[in-house]
Amino acid sequence: MEKFIWAFIIGGAICVIGQIAMDVFKLTPAHTMSSLVVIGAILGGLGLYEPLIKFAGAGATVPISSFGNSLVKGALAEAERSGIIGVLTGIFEVTSAGVSSAIIFGFMASLLFKSKG
Amino acid sequence: MLQGHQSWIFNNKPVILSSSAVGGPFEAKGPLAKDFDILHQDTRLGQDSFEKAEKKLIEQACEIAIHKAKIKKEDINFFLCGDLMNQIISSSFAARTLAIPFLGLYGACSSSMEGLSLAALMIDSKAAEYALAATSSHNSASEKQYRYPTEYGAQKPPTAQWTVTGSGAVLLGQRGEGPKVTCATIGRVVDMGLSDPFNMGTAMAPAAVDTIQAHFRDLNRDPSFYDLIATGDLGRVGHRIAGDLLRDHGLEIPPEIFTDCGILIYGDKQPVMAGGSGCACSATTTYGHFFKRMHKGELKRILIVATGALLSPLSYQQKESIPCVAHAVSIEM
Repeated sequence: MEKFIWAFIIGGAICVIGQIAMDVFKLTPAHTMSSLVVIGAILGGLGLYEPLIKFAGAGATVPISSFGNSLVKGALAEAERSGIIGVLTGIFEVTSAGVSSAIIFGFMASLLFKSKG
Repeated sequence: MLQGHQSWIFNNKPVILSSSAVGGPFEAKGPLAKDFDILHQDTRLGQDSFEKAEKKLIEQACEIAIHKAKIKKEDINFFLCGDLMNQIISSSFAARTLAIPFLGLYGACSSSMEGLSLAALMIDSKAAEYALAATSSHNSASEKQYRYPTEYGAQKPPTAQWTVTGSGAVLLGQRGEGPKVTCATIGRVVDMGLSDPFNMGTAMAPAAVDTIQAHFRDLNRDPSFYDLIATGDLGRVGHRIAGDLLRDHGLEIPPEIFTDCGILIYGDKQPVMAGGSGCACSATTTYGHFFKRMHKGELKRILIVATGALLSPLSYQQKESIPCVAHAVSIEM
């Protein structure tokens, strides 16, 4: 039960940061999203995001900051195995399913529908 | 005839022979729905793009105005039109269909009164027998050009406004029945350094105040001369600021006669944030709602102050502030 409450609070807190970035600091939605990814990547690199996931579960994995963490996690893991070049080859290791499906489904949708907006 | 520094008095009293207002589905749900001539249920009007739909809105508004005045299209000497699209394509493309000698205008949302004042000047100086002035805006086409693709569904702050989908047209002649355009005040561009495109009401309020002050100064009039003074599309936020600024400058307009088209056009329950905006906001409210009230005898003298934010998508990406302008036209029954 405690986990649900922390997921609710931490997940909500990340969204509040995003809302403040848009309303107070006047960031565009795209800048807000990228900023959260970068923050997640920095926290991941410093080894702070994993403890957050352990603590808040989906409250930390569902927001986009988790994507930044995953990018760094893949890069670091591959760097350990194959050296500095692994930073490049490993960056999409954990996130490849998400990135590839975005490209493939995006392509398929563009074949079937025409964007007009 | 020039009066004061920046106002024209039309001694020959150009007559508004007819006017029209065309709107979209969102306007159909608003409190002024009954004052529109046509309300479309489909924002595309059966066209394959929003831009083509906007051109169609102008064409329909002009057709209706010409039809109501019972004159032939060929008798109209000049067509003045402006809109918000890049290179004013909606106006130029509608002018292609109408085939009336055409002058394209750009004053953003002040285009309605820019067109009306110039058309009145043409009629007054006998440079034209009949002149047609129109303007349009389309919510989705503007969103796409100025902000984000409509599919993107970006969030908006409460100070943002909803661009009116519609078009208004007005046909002026030398003589006949109808309200008369008596004078106009051309505004100067005012920029108070605001740069938030989601808060244009606030940016435009000082321009409206500048033009209103100039109008009363040039004509040596008092606000009580009018039954109604309406700003174009300041919305709830901008209109309050304009009222406060006027009071600070010692010009008190009684709240019961001071209103804003952007507040009137939509209901309280419609999710339009601070209110309506766009060229069609002041055009449809004036040419539809206000003119109907004038014909009914509820209003005798009105002053419309159409406000325009002269930004471009590129200028705000380059972090430029938003220059604004307002033009006032006085119409009497």
